[in-house]
Amino acid sequence: MTTFIIRRMAQALIVIVGVTIIVFVIIHLLPGGPARDILGSRASPQQIRAFIVANGYNKPLYVQYGHYVVNLLRGNLGYSYHYNQTVGSLLVQYLPKSALLVGLAYLVALIVAIPLGLLQALRRNHPIDYALTGVSFIGYSMPVFWLGIVLIQVFAITLRWLPPEGPQGSTIGAILSRPSALILPVATLAIITVAMFSRFMRSSAIENLVQDYIRTARAKGVPERRIVFRHLLRNALNPIITLVGLSLPATLSGAVVTESVFNYPGMGLLFWTAAITHDFPILLGFTVVIAAATVVGSLLADVLYAVADPRIRYK
Amino acid sequence: MSLGEGLPDIAPALLRTPEAGETGDSGSIRRLFLGVFVQNRLAVAGLMIIILMVLFSFVGPHLYVSDQLHTNLSQVTLPPSSAHPLGTDDVGFDVLGRLMLGGQTSLEVGLAAALLASVMGTAWGAIAGYVGGAVDALMMRVVDSFLAIPPLLLILLLASIFTPSVPVLILVIALISWLATARLVRGDALSLRVRDYVYAAKAVGARNGRIISRHIVPNVIGTVMVQATFSVADSILLLAALSYLGLGPPPPAANWGGMLSNGLNYSFDGDWWLIYPAGIAIVLTVVAFNFIGDALRDAFEVRLQER
Repeated sequence: MTTFIIRRMAQALIVIVGVTIIVFVIIHLLPGGPARDILGSRASPQQIRAFIVANGYNKPLYVQYGHYVVNLLRGNLGYSYHYNQTVGSLLVQYLPKSALLVGLAYLVALIVAIPLGLLQALRRNHPIDYALTGVSFIGYSMPVFWLGIVLIQVFAITLRWLPPEGPQGSTIGAILSRPSALILPVATLAIITVAMFSRFMRSSAIENLVQDYIRTARAKGVPERRIVFRHLLRNALNPIITLVGLSLPATLSGAVVTESVFNYPGMGLLFWTAAITHDFPILLGFTVVIAAATVVGSLLADVLYAVADPRIRYK
Repeated sequence: MSLGEGLPDIAPALLRTPEAGETGDSGSIRRLFLGVFVQNRLAVAGLMIIILMVLFSFVGPHLYVSDQLHTNLSQVTLPPSSAHPLGTDDVGFDVLGRLMLGGQTSLEVGLAAALLASVMGTAWGAIAGYVGGAVDALMMRVVDSFLAIPPLLLILLLASIFTPSVPVLILVIALISWLATARLVRGDALSLRVRDYVYAAKAVGARNGRIISRHIVPNVIGTVMVQATFSVADSILLLAALSYLGLGPPPPAANWGGMLSNGLNYSFDGDWWLIYPAGIAIVLTVVAFNFIGDALRDAFEVRLQER
């Protein structure tokens, strides 16, 4: 078990290093760095040159990368040109808000999708399966921003039950002080995620239903309810754990669009603004942090999976 | 003693098993692929929808001619009428004609990106899985590194560097999609490289490149096709999201996602013809590809069928 964990941790470390290299290279594909965008179109060549030298953009790529890694290890993620703050402090401000949105959406999605997927698997090829499959297909195939705006149109404009904009504010407290405004953004993200998870759950449950141990349990005369909750659920949930961890990047992507639709002051919106204004330290810092979180998350999921299913450990 | 003497009736059956086949394309993959459409009605429906969309987008403009180059500000946001069956948009373009043009871009980007991603992913995964060892570990860590970055963030990064023309978008979207294919192909290649016919080919002296291209790749085509179908669906949605965020192809080029996100500005004015045609086109096409992909995947996983 320990060798398994150590091996996975070494792999995770390599992946994180790989991410920093990838993002670093991409960002430095822009010739001249962000100088022209930061200083504006009327900057003189001398000013641009001064900016480049002052920020080290004239040094060879591997030297810049070396500096970046050293800073990273010291906990210094860089300094944003536009917001005049360290990337670290921006992260502390914006990450909790996005985490709240994504976390709530995930929670709602899991609570809805697991029973739904189970139901679909147990009633396979019945009308209810077809109906739910159809609905989840459509939910899966709809652009996120369209779903969000339709929800705003129905619930905020026509019915006036909920506010049309996401909760504003710079702290989590401010966000939570207006829970009704959270409902639509969370619902938008959750609906898309439910469509994805219920499909996974359905196929995982179906795969388990054709296994021999279920047949044996039925042959023994075990009541169906016990089979489902005692045997099927535990085994069907195992791959879901890993899949949930692996789908975090995709959900964060969906969160970017959702935050844009509802004007939710989270990391996604900040990232998009940074991409448009070429604020490289933010782009670099956020991506590295998110990727590291993803890698750590999937590492944890793998370890949990190995704990739950001993067969995995001996691969 | 020749082979035929010692093995009477089972010989033909043996020769059809994967262990004895040189390439996988002994007709079985093709037959399976077509068989899917014979059995699965949803897949047939999906195929019909896609054919319809392709005809609509590429043949349509020859049958229904409209000016998609010059704006006409005296005719903005007109509701559907006999002159403009789906009305006009906010700069005066005819919506029906624009839908056709948009379909061309959306379908082109989707299909091209999926094709590119499939080729890249298959090559990468086959080499990694077949060679194994440190090379495999390194190649898969590269894939994992790309996978750890949320797709949209990666695209935003790339789009902030390059101006979003159609070829650039195809490349960028393909850069996201090849990862899943690479992983799946590598998994298949790992199990395929210990098959008897691979050992036989090595014994005869076949070079690695030939083994990979003649033995490994044809046998992973099934998995790749399933993944490619889903890639097209995801690419169309990704293009739509990019257009919404302002990073899609600039006008006068059209794509469904751009039309939808533009039209949503007018949703509160009740101009439904700016929203629903494009939106329904996207959903129909994506659902169609998902139907086909699901059906293909069910066909390739025999275990899951009727038990």
